[in-house]
Amino acid sequence: MDRDTAEHSSERLPERTGGTDDPVVDPVVELVEVVAVLGAFPALAGATLRVEPGEIVLLRGPNGAGKTTVLRVCAGLLPVVRGEGRVLGLDLTSDRDTIRTRVGLLGHANGLYTDLTVSENVRFWGATVGATAEEVVAALDRLALTGRLADVPVRRLSAGQRRRTALACLVARRAELWLLDEPHAGLDASGRDELDATLRQAAASGATVMVASHELERTGALATRVVDVVAGQVRG
Amino acid sequence: MSTWRIALLVAGKDLRVERRSRVVTNQVVPFAAVTMVMFAFALDADAVLQRVAPGLVWLATLFSLLVLVQRSYAIETDDGALDALRVAGVDPAALFWGKALALAVQLAVLEVILIGTAVVLYGAEVRAEGLVLLVTTLVTATCSLAVVGTLYGGLAAGFRGRETLLPLLVLPVVAPVLIGATRAVEAALGTVPGAVVSEGWPWVGLLAVFAVAFGVGGTLAFGPLIDE
Amino acid sequence: MTQTSTAPRSSDPGPQRAARRPGTGTTATRVLGGVTLVAIGWLVAFGLGFSPADRDQEESVRILYVHVPTIWVAYVAFVVTAVCSGIYMFSRRHSLGWDRAAGASAEIGVLFVALTLLVGALWGRLTWGVFWQWDARLTTTALLFVTYIGYLAVRRLGGSHHQRARRSAVIGMLAVLLIPLVHWSVRLWRSLHQEATVLRTDGQVRMDGLMLFSLFVGVIAFTLIYVWLMLHRTRVMAMEDALDDHGLEEALAARRAEGDRPDGER
Repeated sequence: MDRDTAEHSSERLPERTGGTDDPVVDPVVELVEVVAVLGAFPALAGATLRVEPGEIVLLRGPNGAGKTTVLRVCAGLLPVVRGEGRVLGLDLTSDRDTIRTRVGLLGHANGLYTDLTVSENVRFWGATVGATAEEVVAALDRLALTGRLADVPVRRLSAGQRRRTALACLVARRAELWLLDEPHAGLDASGRDELDATLRQAAASGATVMVASHELERTGALATRVVDVVAGQVRG
Repeated sequence: MSTWRIALLVAGKDLRVERRSRVVTNQVVPFAAVTMVMFAFALDADAVLQRVAPGLVWLATLFSLLVLVQRSYAIETDDGALDALRVAGVDPAALFWGKALALAVQLAVLEVILIGTAVVLYGAEVRAEGLVLLVTTLVTATCSLAVVGTLYGGLAAGFRGRETLLPLLVLPVVAPVLIGATRAVEAALGTVPGAVVSEGWPWVGLLAVFAVAFGVGGTLAFGPLIDE
Repeated sequence: MTQTSTAPRSSDPGPQRAARRPGTGTTATRVLGGVTLVAIGWLVAFGLGFSPADRDQEESVRILYVHVPTIWVAYVAFVVTAVCSGIYMFSRRHSLGWDRAAGASAEIGVLFVALTLLVGALWGRLTWGVFWQWDARLTTTALLFVTYIGYLAVRRLGGSHHQRARRSAVIGMLAVLLIPLVHWSVRLWRSLHQEATVLRTDGQVRMDGLMLFSLFVGVIAFTLIYVWLMLHRTRVMAMEDALDDHGLEEALAARRAEGDRPDGER
């Protein structure tokens, strides 16, 4: 599975397969004085951030600081009102459609169809990006969603099991940039271990990860870098 | 993946969700049937009912369309799936056709049930010579309603007050479908004295033009409509 | 909590604003307004005074000098909405000016259609004996009215200016696509309305000369009213947008100041 991920990213981006030690690589995320609004509220008030390939960056900050908005802007979901943003070398204003196909976002909501089973959900989201049946099975294995659990409708699952299903959908999508918003929410101890292992493997196979989290000690141990998000700005 | 395969994937997903949740069979069909009974209370005369049966069938279909469209987008917005579809880079045209296809299938089933109800409750009769016209009308009208419903439903999906916005946007737009489909079915069933089957065909032409116009419009416009 | 830091910034443009006294009137619009008033005066003089009563419709024919021009100008207004929407969508700059022009034009169009329907109902009561007839053109007009009320509702959905512009541009273009479809279907359905007397397909005008001239004056007057309203409405909309932008500016400053507080540092 992990070799698959690496292979797919190398297919798409032949010149950018190196890790952090490669001296000439472009940053994966480059935000310069980005302003983004929710309604009339400036959730990001000039955020500047640079993330290199292979990093696991922890976004830390109080509620309402703009962590979620940073992730949504990087996913191409929320438009950049002012400033400049580039993700995977593509412009966030003009190339949003391409960016979206190459990043994966796990937001507050899981993005699951609650009447479908676990495996049906993972298969659907994998299929939207052309994942094969083996890749879907591998993603289910990765998050220990096998056996009877795979055929249970999502609405009968606990919050933690839903979160795991959403993570499996993300794995099946083979994203080059992973954007996770409070991924630990609702997960039990074993779920957390699986999450951490998944993120480490994703980073090891060339993907870049950004995590917004309150779980500082947990994610802090995992992260290669910690940045603070305060009042719509990014520091550190 | 090609646009069509994604569209079929989305349509399959919608129909599978419906098969599991049974919201259409358990709620929308009974709602439409109750509407038909209410029409009978309001009009209160067998002869009148038989004459206006085609119009009542389509009126009940329009009301059900609004419910079906709300349901179709509730699936997507309940748990943030619409955002996930956007991040997945799913082609908006494929999403549009997928959802329209699933909606069309549900509408078609509903229409057949409603015509059956009209035969039973209102004494409408299906005549053999009008059968081809009837089926063609059902198909074209269903396509028209499905594309319009999907298009405007996508616009209203993300907003508070969508329950009221959707009827305001959709009902004036589908007025030509209501007129055309009603006249065509009148001709097919012969509910109006002296109605000839051949009179129905120009109306089918109107419905086809309508379906094509909004199908093309939806393919081009769905992306800007659902995006932020 | 942020008063101290934002107070100097927000009071900064104060004196400038007082000096400029923003308004929507300029010399050009005032002249245009004067000309419009003169045209309305002419319409009153010709419509109520000089033009003769009709042989069949008698005095009620005078209503048509308002009824016909308003619906013509309304149709033009909706086409302007669609054209401006198209320019907004397909131009590279995506200038909000086109979006505001589209919105203003639709608002005035809805106003004029409402006037047409109201005045038409009065005329129908006098001529047909009923306020409303289910004929082709009346029904088309009523549907058009509701369609554009929907368009105006879409403009008020919220979000950023460009979100509003993109959504309403799509609806504006779809709505104009609907006009011929509605017209065709309703026309097939039934037609009792008196045939269009001025714009006949065979090109022959059949109307009393002075009546025709009065109608012509009506078209001029309502077109001028449309242009005058357009100028003012687009300027008001530009000011509303600017006010929103200014609000964003202040909100941004407040948001940044919030982060500069000592306790904001973690």
